[in-house]
Amino acid sequence: MNKQTYKIEMLNITKRFGTLTANDHVTLQVYPQEIHAILGENGAGKSTLMSILFGLYVPDEGEIKIDGSKVDIHNPNDANALNIGMVHQHFKLVETFSVLDNIILGVEDTGRFNRINYAHAKEKLIKIIDAYHLNLDLDTRIKDLTVGQQQRVEILKMLYRDADILIFDEPTAVLTPQEIEELMNIMRNFVKEGKTIILITHKLNEIKAVANRVTILRRGQQVGVHDVSKVSTQDMADLMVGRNVSFEVDKKSVQATEKVFEVKELTVLKGTQEVIKKLSLDVYKGEIVGIAGIDGNGQTECVYALTGMLPVKEGQVILNGEDITKDSIRTRYEKGISHIPEDRQKYGVVLDFDLQSNLMIQEYYKHEFQNKNFLKKDKIKTHADALIEQFDIRSEQGATTTVRSMSGGNQQKAIVAREMSKTHDLMIAVQPTRGLDVGAIEYIHGQLLKTRETNKGVLLFSLELDEIMKLSDRILVMYEGEIVGSFNPKTTTQQELGLYMSGAKRGHV
Amino acid sequence: MKTQLKKVFELAKPSFIAIAIGLLMGFLVMLAFNPLQSVPAFLQLIAGGLNQGSSGIGNTLYGAAPIILTGLAVAFAFKTGLFNIGASGQMMMGAYVSLHIGVLWNLPAGIHVIVALLGGIFGGMVWGLVIGLLKALRNVNEVVTSIMMNYIAANLLIILIRSNIYNADAARSSAILPTAILPSLGLFPNSTANIGFGIAVVIAILSHVIIHRTTLGFELRATGFSRDAALYAGMNTKKNITTSFAIAGGFAGLAGSVAYLVSGKTISIAYTIFVEGFDGISVALLGLGEPIGALFAGLFLSHLRQGGFYMQIYGFVPQVVDIIISVIIYVSAISAVLPKLFKRFKKKKDEVAS
Repeated sequence: MNKQTYKIEMLNITKRFGTLTANDHVTLQVYPQEIHAILGENGAGKSTLMSILFGLYVPDEGEIKIDGSKVDIHNPNDANALNIGMVHQHFKLVETFSVLDNIILGVEDTGRFNRINYAHAKEKLIKIIDAYHLNLDLDTRIKDLTVGQQQRVEILKMLYRDADILIFDEPTAVLTPQEIEELMNIMRNFVKEGKTIILITHKLNEIKAVANRVTILRRGQQVGVHDVSKVSTQDMADLMVGRNVSFEVDKKSVQATEKVFEVKELTVLKGTQEVIKKLSLDVYKGEIVGIAGIDGNGQTECVYALTGMLPVKEGQVILNGEDITKDSIRTRYEKGISHIPEDRQKYGVVLDFDLQSNLMIQEYYKHEFQNKNFLKKDKIKTHADALIEQFDIRSEQGATTTVRSMSGGNQQKAIVAREMSKTHDLMIAVQPTRGLDVGAIEYIHGQLLKTRETNKGVLLFSLELDEIMKLSDRILVMYEGEIVGSFNPKTTTQQELGLYMSGAKRGHV
Repeated sequence: MKTQLKKVFELAKPSFIAIAIGLLMGFLVMLAFNPLQSVPAFLQLIAGGLNQGSSGIGNTLYGAAPIILTGLAVAFAFKTGLFNIGASGQMMMGAYVSLHIGVLWNLPAGIHVIVALLGGIFGGMVWGLVIGLLKALRNVNEVVTSIMMNYIAANLLIILIRSNIYNADAARSSAILPTAILPSLGLFPNSTANIGFGIAVVIAILSHVIIHRTTLGFELRATGFSRDAALYAGMNTKKNITTSFAIAGGFAGLAGSVAYLVSGKTISIAYTIFVEGFDGISVALLGLGEPIGALFAGLFLSHLRQGGFYMQIYGFVPQVVDIIISVIIYVSAISAVLPKLFKRFKKKKDEVAS
């Protein structure tokens, strides 16, 4: 194989959106049969670059070469014709269709009277499945598959369309450690069979594990291309962020002796289905309890039940020794619960309110903010200004900025500021760093640890095992609405947790 | 102050553009039918009642009062994210209760009219409450219930009039007692202008204050923008929805009182749905969903109607005004959506960019 000719070349690509330059003369060169990682924070321009390669955008400047010859890619059909395929971060599948239906959707081979020729498609797919050990039943409906399996459907979709340049956009975000391992094996197989892979990610250890080379992007610019074997994860992280990043959190030891929160045999219904089954847990003062689990195993419903947004069928929720099972959402807040919600834009803030309103949205009825039912505008403003200063919330017009116009990181900072600043004994934080960049993640982790140090309890729900491992004093694994294991983060491994998260192992807690 | 005025103008710009386009379309229609008379007739239309002495202005104010109030009924619910197209039904019930009290109850002067007004509010409130409760407790789409409640009100109105306050000779409701007649505004002799307009202004200002300055308004707006976020914040969204619809219904009911607590005004027992309720939607839309906006939009619509009335001198039917109003509503509905579409488009672009 001639290593000198690149499979893919994107030369001096520039793409502007209004005043924002998403890609600033970015060059990407990928060898054939290579796993090439693209590393960068949110907003660094990874997705834009790949969207250009996949034909979703046309670049303002620069050119693209495939196999050494210049090509014009104006839409995804052009990309398909050049055998470029992409697995998007959010799967694009029809839930009620079978695997087979989803794969052939759009490229159906039809016979007379537009009847679909399934047999032909099936034959081809079974060959592919066997060749790459994808292990997938073609007749199952998508909604009955795990997320990992759904991802394989997406991969199969690319292969069915004869793609030999495969783009993976953050493919591991939704997978368990075991599934990630499987996916990496699949990727290695692809390369062996002659395919070329571009892997978009911000996870350094994955790059270390599977990629040959890495291109690092920062704020729209390419800041380096490296052989993965010759660069350390620390160096990659520093390049990605543009400054020295510390992976270690400074965790002071706190003596956890007094119970602040307890859940006893909680059962919650969604429709008629029990999504939480006799779940029990407790949180001590000065302790972070991490709840690990794959998305959709009842975490959302559990949080809703604990905060009063969903009714409890059976069981008890106890805060500071007091039963709050039947209390309203507001009463729970008043008794000392803070809640950083999972979906910050849906629940956490009213996007069309200004920042100052959002910062007092749970407390507007208190004397601090109203007098005889009239809002005290000046008090609301000073309260907001204080929080903006203290928590370093950045926005264009300060307290009166409409929250919709703020960045995701600053929206989250605003929520954290509000939840941290009000009197509370228990902080329920759900996916607090989802979609945030490294700086914001560091910040939020610091705030959670601060909460712990001020002798409050923290209940942390997260899909990111790294986060759970790093912050927790105790890890509980949730599977199908139950706690199936309790672990000490100092002695457990991600692999062990993964076995419990996927239901392969379970214990009684 | 100057920047604030600029801001208001910036907000109201779509409405002004819509009005301009609507007038232009109306003029074109008039031009097509009678080119010779179209210019003076159009000028009369724009002048409304302003060049017709005190009676012209007075009648404009009289006509504005009920549609400002139904406009407020729509705008107020809209602030809670609800579309109240049931203002007609609420207004009919308000009108009936007011007439019922006005005809049958024997109360001293001064008190009688106040009780009749309160009765109107009550009637509309009950009607709005039903919609609000169904929405809050069973999540029944308020648009559907609003329409149904309009039909129920239209039929119930006939039944109630026939069995309680029927004047069989005229096939209409009986005349109200003099003590129940709303006092005249006094400023414009020879016109029907009564204190109804004053009431509408007060209610508009009151709505503005409730929505923008009080904790109740804060809750209603939060619920309107995002029911989920309001729920998370610990607000009782069900209560807010119900309250909002009850208040909106009360405003529409008051529109009924203001329109019918008038000397010589009665309701026919022919089946009809009060058109003021639908005018309210136009008023609210043109007023950008804001109470103060509704006040001006209601005045403007009434002004045009008045102009249409005087325009008949030039041989045009006043229905031209309806065409103009329809076009204005179309354009303002589109211009209300367009910036949002642009924004969404832009946002999508930004999202992919990141």
